[in-house]
Amino acid sequence: MLIHAKRIIRTGWNSFVRSGFTSIASILIMTITLFVMTSLIFVQASLNASLNEIKDKVDVTIYFVPGADETSILKVEDSLKKLPEIKTISYTSAVDALSNFKDKHSNDYLTLQALDELNDNPLGASLNIKANDPSQYESISKYFENDNALSKGALTIIDKIDYSQNKLVIDRLTSIISGAKNLGFAVSIVLMIISIIITFNTIRLIIFMSKDEISVMRLVGAGTKYVQGPFIVSGILVGVCSALLTILIFIPVSIWLGNHMTDFIGINLYQYYRSNFLQLFIIMLGSGIALGSISSFFAISRYLRK
Amino acid sequence: MIYFDNVTKKYKENFSLEGVTLSIAQGEFVSIVGHSGAGKTTLTKLILAEEAPTSGTVSFESTDIHKLSKSDLMNFRRKVGIVFQDFRLLPNRTAYENIAFAMEATGKRDEDIMEDVPHVLELVDLTNRAFHFPHQLSGGEKQRLAIARAIITQPDLIIADEPTGNLDPTNAIEVINILKKINDLGTTVILTTHNKSLVDGIKKRVITLENGRVIRDDKEGKYML
Repeated sequence: MLIHAKRIIRTGWNSFVRSGFTSIASILIMTITLFVMTSLIFVQASLNASLNEIKDKVDVTIYFVPGADETSILKVEDSLKKLPEIKTISYTSAVDALSNFKDKHSNDYLTLQALDELNDNPLGASLNIKANDPSQYESISKYFENDNALSKGALTIIDKIDYSQNKLVIDRLTSIISGAKNLGFAVSIVLMIISIIITFNTIRLIIFMSKDEISVMRLVGAGTKYVQGPFIVSGILVGVCSALLTILIFIPVSIWLGNHMTDFIGINLYQYYRSNFLQLFIIMLGSGIALGSISSFFAISRYLRK
Repeated sequence: MIYFDNVTKKYKENFSLEGVTLSIAQGEFVSIVGHSGAGKTTLTKLILAEEAPTSGTVSFESTDIHKLSKSDLMNFRRKVGIVFQDFRLLPNRTAYENIAFAMEATGKRDEDIMEDVPHVLELVDLTNRAFHFPHQLSGGEKQRLAIARAIITQPDLIIADEPTGNLDPTNAIEVINILKKINDLGTTVILTTHNKSLVDGIKKRVITLENGRVIRDDKEGKYML
């Protein structure tokens, strides 16, 4: 058994090295496949980063009537914190709201003068809510429709919730986000299948070229494993070389993308590549080895039936 | 040793062999002659179970070759050495490795391989070409290498299918002489050929095929068509 494994590995290695041009051709084709796969991981990462950024910009604010009791507002905040959909809640008091307003309109003399003439703070306190997912805003807003869910009388101090104004934007963003995710996933799958088929066919073609050699091996009495083994070893070596080549190619590619495209993509791909290097390397190596060995296994099987 | 019992092989509507009955005994040297398309190669393919007969049986000793399981067929093929007209060597392996492959396939130990391969290389006069690849060898050398590969496992039977077809007369005679030497040591040899002078020179049994039928079977025959 051991002697057989040793011979199979040695023969596979020799055949890989001696095949020269054919081995290089398979490595190049598989490198393209692994390049496509890794690019798709990059695209997904940047798509997720952009979507998270968009998601982060979506929120709902509850405005309270001016002069509402702060204790009641904080009670509302406490009851909201219990909702699992809510990611963060930030409280802005009426005083803070006024000072924010003044800061925002510091160059607008007329508005500031009008505000001074009121003598009183016309702004109410507010609670800014961020949900875990944009689709959850609707259920959060519905929460306020049910008076029992809040402490008694809480609804009387709520002036307005801007969900209904933002509903259209939030709904559209939610559908864009889920659409982009689904489309990205579907395109990735299709591209991956295409590149896997191309690699599989290249290996099949190379093994087809060796079909006479395989029949001679069979005629001298070589067993299935002994004929198949070296081809699978060669396939694995093609996968390993392709993974190494792809990982090398992505170093300058990710540096360039990191330097020039970070603003556009919304994520520094060089940093992403560095921080996920091990996982990406394992994915590439695993995919290369699996693709090389499985393709060789299936391609050779048809010549081993007799 | 080999028995053909009323064997017919049809490819679509054409008969390649029709009602062939013959037997080949242990230690015989049998030349099978005939025009192209007479059925010589089909006959060898049936012995190797590369093709199955349309009807009839082909047996080795008392076993129907075409009823063997995959692993039994593998073991049977290890008892047969094959030499082809187009050599069919493994292109990415050196002369030494081509011969060693046949031994490795049968699970022989490395020590045995290292001992036996140089002997056989010497027998076919290829010692100084041991580490050359097939494309670096001449036609005669390739065929001698193919014979070396066929005999390394000390088979019971050697099938040489047109082994001299691609060789010049000198190399052809050399190949036939090696086959005769192997036969003298007790191995059964089946030779298919077109070459009249070679067959006449062997002075052994000749089976003549025509249109898939055996038309002559002479103990010390000559090439007559």
